[in-house]
Amino acid sequence: MVKFEIHDLNIWFGSVHAIKHINMEIQSNEILSVIGPANSGKTTFLRMLNRLNDLNQNFKMNGEVRLDNEDIKNIDMELLRKRVGMVFALPLPLPLSIFDNVVYGLRMHGIKNKKVLEERAEESLKEAYLWEEVKDRLSESAFKLSGGQQQRLCIARTLAVEPEVILFDEPCSGLDPISTAKVEDAMVKLKEKYTLVLVTNNVKQAARVGDRTAFFLSGELIELDKTDKIFTAPQDKRTDGYIRGKFG
Amino acid sequence: MRKLKEFIVEKLILICGLASIFFVALIFLFLLKEGLAVFKTVSLFKFLFGKSWYPISEPAQLGILPLILGSLLITVGAAIISIPIGVGCAIYIAEIAPLKIKETLKAGIELLAAIPSVVLGFIGMVTLVPLVKNLFNLPTGLTALSGSIMLAFMAMPTIVSIAEDALYSVPKTYKEGAFALGATHWQTIWRVMLPAASSGILAAVMLGIGRVIGETMAVMMITGNAAVIPHTILAPVRTLTATIAAEMGEAVVGSEHYFALFAIGIVLFVISFAINVTADSFLHKRQQ
Amino acid sequence: MKNPYRTQNIAFFFLFLATLLIVVPVGLIIVIIIQKGLPAINWQFLSDIPRQGMRAGGIFPAIVGTVYLVTGAIILALPIGLLAAIYLSEYSKDNLLNRLIKLAIVNLAGVPSVVYGLFGLALFVVFFKFGASILSGSLTLGIMILPVIITTSREALESVPQSFREVSLSLGASKWQTIRHIVLPNAIPGILTGTILGLGRAAGETAPILFTVAAFYLPRLPNSIFDQAMALPYHLYVISTQVPNVAEKIRYGTAFVLLALVLIMNLVAIIIRYKFRKRKKW
Repeated sequence: MVKFEIHDLNIWFGSVHAIKHINMEIQSNEILSVIGPANSGKTTFLRMLNRLNDLNQNFKMNGEVRLDNEDIKNIDMELLRKRVGMVFALPLPLPLSIFDNVVYGLRMHGIKNKKVLEERAEESLKEAYLWEEVKDRLSESAFKLSGGQQQRLCIARTLAVEPEVILFDEPCSGLDPISTAKVEDAMVKLKEKYTLVLVTNNVKQAARVGDRTAFFLSGELIELDKTDKIFTAPQDKRTDGYIRGKFG
Repeated sequence: MRKLKEFIVEKLILICGLASIFFVALIFLFLLKEGLAVFKTVSLFKFLFGKSWYPISEPAQLGILPLILGSLLITVGAAIISIPIGVGCAIYIAEIAPLKIKETLKAGIELLAAIPSVVLGFIGMVTLVPLVKNLFNLPTGLTALSGSIMLAFMAMPTIVSIAEDALYSVPKTYKEGAFALGATHWQTIWRVMLPAASSGILAAVMLGIGRVIGETMAVMMITGNAAVIPHTILAPVRTLTATIAAEMGEAVVGSEHYFALFAIGIVLFVISFAINVTADSFLHKRQQ
Repeated sequence: MKNPYRTQNIAFFFLFLATLLIVVPVGLIIVIIIQKGLPAINWQFLSDIPRQGMRAGGIFPAIVGTVYLVTGAIILALPIGLLAAIYLSEYSKDNLLNRLIKLAIVNLAGVPSVVYGLFGLALFVVFFKFGASILSGSLTLGIMILPVIITTSREALESVPQSFREVSLSLGASKWQTIRHIVLPNAIPGILTGTILGLGRAAGETAPILFTVAAFYLPRLPNSIFDQAMALPYHLYVISTQVPNVAEKIRYGTAFVLLALVLIMNLVAIIIRYKFRKRKKW
């Protein structure tokens, strides 16, 4: 089933043409990895999916992006962001307690019932493989957690609002290999329930977790295919060059 | 429901955002409303360049030249004292002082900015005024010089903090480049840092002067308030601000005198507006 | 040839001298006022009304008047100033309007204090017919401290990391929810600092209250916000210049109380700022 449908997408920041004529689809319950060198437009692409680019004053976009066959421009912005959650490059806990971090989104959507909040918090923390480590210290500041724990907290916080799609923006760039492995494990499990889009600078990570992989270069989508195929028999010379580490 | 509440809050925020513009306009408007009436009886030229200010004689003479010259004399005096000392202090704090002393000095200067002008005026009356009197053997120490010294002092916090900011924001590479060429620290400051920070320092000086022109209480308390054209800095003078402060209490609402004092207010508003807009454009230039 | 290091030593000496020329008098002023003012302070001086044409008695009505004025000023300036700061920090775009607002704030901060007095007289006392009253004075002072509150609050709001806003929005919170639950709570110490600085400024100003509120001699407490009131800075001006033969002790005592009030506020503001910087987690 198609989750996102993107037709002739162009994005500009001022005079910089950041995304050029992209057409693609994102399938439900897949992990789509997006790879490419710096400034290839992959993060811009990701932030377009939950309209976070709109915060930038110089942002301009045309083309069509449909979520479950509905143009995202017509979806209420807050509802869109609830449906399309995001995990950022660095662990970004809010300056609140662990518990308050997890239920922040729920509270903003008007849920006040303490029991409901507690249940959702436990569920989400379990899904993010963090419950066992924090269940006795939920009222402590989120800043007391280690980097890897903080990032899993951010995943739990995103899960708590029950999104359909989760965007990962280089979620492991600040983490050590063990923490990275834990986050990757979590992602693979999550795909049963959610659609995942993973932007990563780590080509090996894309190969490990991605069902399909998209290669971006200078704002263009060069190639999108099954991950095995991209890594074993890429159609485009540039894709081949990048995954072999010739540039980027 | 939530959407409606947020819509109202956001409109309120917009309105308050515009409040500053509204208030500036309102101030100017009401100064004009009350002040322009004076020009029914005096021409603008006679008002600005008339040599006598006798607002309660019959007929009233409403020439503010003595007051303008009084303000000008004190301002020039204060500028001569405060610019070298203020900029020097800014250089010392930004470039030379060790970190710990730097924080103490900055706190000290912030403290000076916080002292109410009426307290400074009081202290000036009991310390500076007798000192000037005895030093120059004058009949009174309430002179333009006392006012200049006091105002120079009051302009310092503005000049020092903005000039220090300007020096601080000179890119480090400039300094390192000069050092790499073998320049001493002082040569670097003089030939590289000061020119690079010049527009910010200029803004600092202008805003300091703006503070001096607008200052009221301290000036009124220590300059003697004689509304005559000053011939020496050792004579009593009266400034534009002190005239308003001293006379508005007696002026009858709606009288010629009342209108004239508002017209002086217009002059002060225009001067401070011009200074602030120019200084702001200098600061803006620096940022780009 | 000139020795560059000797030039440097001479130059640095003069720069040091310039610094001393500012800092030493500041210290002296404070020392003099404490030394001569502190002995005048006792319970009677603080709690009694002025007597014998202000040549004896205390300064209680002036203290109360100043407290009323400052409270009134902050009630007006804090909500408007804070919302204006939110507008500038969270809503305004980098365009002409934004530039105009900033310019207006700079000008509002630069308008001479006596011109505020004129404005308050024309608008509140005469036009709105509030008369010379606490209300007129508070409103005038409130507009005068608006730029202080806007500028410091805006800095406080802008120092909250952009990433917090993005996180909150990405979880589906609305813009106002983000401001209300994330940005404001983390900017409170800075906003508090600005508010206290504004209070200090309002407490010390004389010229804006000269024709809008101040009573020369009113040896009782004000009855309502439409009543005139004495105020500390104006009282100090009056007993220093307008009333002959006031004992030095009373003048210094009044100056001491005013200075202490203003400096304590500034000190509190500085302490809050300092503690907050140390505690900051990001």
